[in-house]
Amino acid sequence: MKNGVKDELRVLLSKYGPFFILLAMLIILSIISPYFFTVLNLTTILIQTAVVAIIAIGQTLVIITGGIDLSVGSYLCLSAIIAGLMMTSGLPLALSLILALVFGSFLGFINGFIVTKMKVPPFIATLGTMGMARGTALVITGGLPVSRLPEALAWFGRGTILGMPVPPIIFVVTALFFSWVLISTRLGRYIYAIGSNREATKLSGINTDKYLLIVYVIAGFLSAVAGIVLIGRLGSAHPTAGIGYELNTIAAAVIGGTSLSGGIGKISGTIIGALIMGVLNNGFTLLGVSSFYQQIAIGAVVVLAVFADVLQQGKVKQ
Amino acid sequence: MEYRLSMNKINKTFPGVQALSNVKLDLVPGEVHVLLGENGAGKSTLMKILAGVYPPDQGEILINGQKVVINNTGDAASLGISMIYQELNLIPDLTVVENIFINRELIQGWPGRYNWKEMNRQAGEILADLNLAIDPGNYIRDLSVAQQQMVEIVRSISSNSKIIIMDEPTAALAEQEITELFKQIKLLKEKTVSIIYISHRLPEVKEIGDRVTVLRDGKYVSTEDAKRVKTEQLIKMMVGRDIKEFFPKEDTEKGSEVLRVKNLKRKGVLDDISFSLQQGEVLGFAGLMGSGRTELMRAIFGADQGVEGKIYVKGTELVIDSPETAVKNGIALLTEDRKSSGLILNFAVYQNISLATLEKYAPRGVIDQKRERKRAGELVVALKIKTPGLETVVNSLSGGNQQKVILARWLYRNAEIIILDEPTRGIDVGAKVEIYQLINQLTKQGKAVIMVSSDLPEILAMSDRIAVMYEGKLNGILSREEAGPEKIMQLATGVMTMNLTKEGSI
Ligand SMILES: Nc1ncnc2c1ncn2[C@@H]1O[C@H](COP(=O)(O)OP(=O)(O)OP(=O)(O)O)[C@@H](O)[C@H]1O
Ligand SMILES: [Mg+2]
Repeated sequence: MKNGVKDELRVLLSKYGPFFILLAMLIILSIISPYFFTVLNLTTILIQTAVVAIIAIGQTLVIITGGIDLSVGSYLCLSAIIAGLMMTSGLPLALSLILALVFGSFLGFINGFIVTKMKVPPFIATLGTMGMARGTALVITGGLPVSRLPEALAWFGRGTILGMPVPPIIFVVTALFFSWVLISTRLGRYIYAIGSNREATKLSGINTDKYLLIVYVIAGFLSAVAGIVLIGRLGSAHPTAGIGYELNTIAAAVIGGTSLSGGIGKISGTIIGALIMGVLNNGFTLLGVSSFYQQIAIGAVVVLAVFADVLQQGKVKQ
Repeated sequence: MEYRLSMNKINKTFPGVQALSNVKLDLVPGEVHVLLGENGAGKSTLMKILAGVYPPDQGEILINGQKVVINNTGDAASLGISMIYQELNLIPDLTVVENIFINRELIQGWPGRYNWKEMNRQAGEILADLNLAIDPGNYIRDLSVAQQQMVEIVRSISSNSKIIIMDEPTAALAEQEITELFKQIKLLKEKTVSIIYISHRLPEVKEIGDRVTVLRDGKYVSTEDAKRVKTEQLIKMMVGRDIKEFFPKEDTEKGSEVLRVKNLKRKGVLDDISFSLQQGEVLGFAGLMGSGRTELMRAIFGADQGVEGKIYVKGTELVIDSPETAVKNGIALLTEDRKSSGLILNFAVYQNISLATLEKYAPRGVIDQKRERKRAGELVVALKIKTPGLETVVNSLSGGNQQKVILARWLYRNAEIIILDEPTRGIDVGAKVEIYQLINQLTKQGKAVIMVSSDLPEILAMSDRIAVMYEGKLNGILSREEAGPEKIMQLATGVMTMNLTKEGSI
């Protein structure tokens, strides 16, 4: 009987582990800093987390298929710059944004093409496109930010709907939508199946290449969405934007329980992972700790989260 | 009598299943003790407890009269116990010899170098003893399932164990390899090695066994003298009823031609193969391991690159370049290797069943999970799949029940041409009969079935015609009337060749 209770506790911990970590962090920070648990600060966290969270959703899908996407940060940047250039050249805002989204999706398509048709492993393929996209962004801007963007763009980064800030709304809606895709649609089922056993999935008559391609396109599309939110917030598009986001998004997914070997993962986990990193960030800033320490802390959280997972799995296997 | 091993009052539960309750088993030196039972009866679980994979919930294990505690596979190995698992356990990216000596590599000199020369020599010797054409330097991933099975056997033979557990070692083997294996088992017996032998092939009980223990629903039923007990008795103990007919073959009306394969070639694997298949027909494929049967089926299904030749489905030529195309044109393939190319191991039972039919439940992309589960539930009942529930992860099912899950995926897909590659591998006697009846139902509905099988009695009894392959060639097609074990063996070993007409039908 005792064993049963222990087992249940373990299952609970492994299932909601990251959530408990987040909760603990919220409680501790609320106690240490009186400013932390205010509407204003919590909103700030959500806004700051939004960009990484949106891309991390695409990253999660890719990782569940057994792949990885290192290009997300560069794609965010390049899509944002393309959007910025179109706007400053006089194209209407809406059209520029739509074209930027199409462009981001196209970039994702390139990844998918290299992975499925040229059979280059995802790590290498996206390492390559990461460099190419970043280089392109630097070349076309000459290394300078694209500024003087239309006023209306700021709505995506700083606007509100019914008093709620826009970026968190975008990421929550995106997260809900893709959670639903994973749980309830054929695409979602195939994403898990491909990541677990691609050969068996293919032999079940499923066009695995097609679905892999779709997943990379989604990742590219979401990079562009995040790019729009970012330039909305900053008011300009920097050719160095999004550097290191590939690692942040991978960390968010992994903290949230997504397995790098594919087949396992949830959007809700990734969102919690992204929030944990956002809260760490914010907390350290509030406490006046150097941002250098943040990196140490985030690194430690990644290792601990995966370790907890390993412990749990080891137990099950035995 | 001195017992080498006794296991007493062993209990084991998994979430939702009482896998073993109060089971006992003993072993004397130099005996082959057969363990029988239906799919999910608890045979593998009992053996995994002995091999240190799972701890028992309760019960004691005595080795040579001494009480022992086996906490992990290392403990078992040092007690001289080795196990050949039902699901193959080799590392694909290592060579044969590396796999055989994994974790007990021979070391020489100081500071210690691997003595590959000696390891290669020893491995080569046993491989030669077993008459196996496997190079110790080959990579596991390049071997067929049957060859991998043989490597597993070599690994445990070479480990000098005193107790060897063989969990369905012959499931993937053909007649000849089985003969070689039995020779080795007899040699091991002479060296007083004790063997626990699990199989669903009942004739093997008498052929190789000394004693036999039957389990049913996780409970101990009885231990008998293998040579004296009657097969019918054993069946009754296993399934709790009599089985009248083992091969309920029914004659069916043959309709028009549904499949024609013409001059199919794949370099180094398939050599100019032509045959045709009619509605309502069961075409059996016999042959030794490595004769190209699986490769032929994969070629027809579009699973491999580099295939030349023509395929006609219902008279129209098709270019089948992917399994997707094959499935769309009414072809289904049940693959032989359930772990690597069949199951999604971390998927639930119902998700594995519906994988090939998902578009039916999701015409617009959104899965109607209620319907999906309902259908899967019906199939679980129809095939008597033993599982705690539809949500159970398929990985935790017994081997035979996993096989039934893949069968469920394909048998009800409503394909016109159903290719079954070793469909009854690892399936218990009762369930086999059910599968044969299913095949009957399919042919009665006018579907055509291709059945690859290494089980000679099965293929003789269930096929309308039997195609025999040898070294990538179709060496002959026998009608039901002319086929017999000797003829098939002669064709399968290349002693005899039949002249086939261009179309492959005689
Ligand atoms: N790891 C596991 N987790 C949960 N249940 C399990 C696990 N392993 C086995 N079981 C269950 O225990 C029961 C006995 O399984 P076991 O594998 O021992 O059967 P078996 O006699 O070897 O059958 P088969 O002939 O099909 O191989 C089955 O109901 C199975 O579903
Ligand atoms: Mg078993």
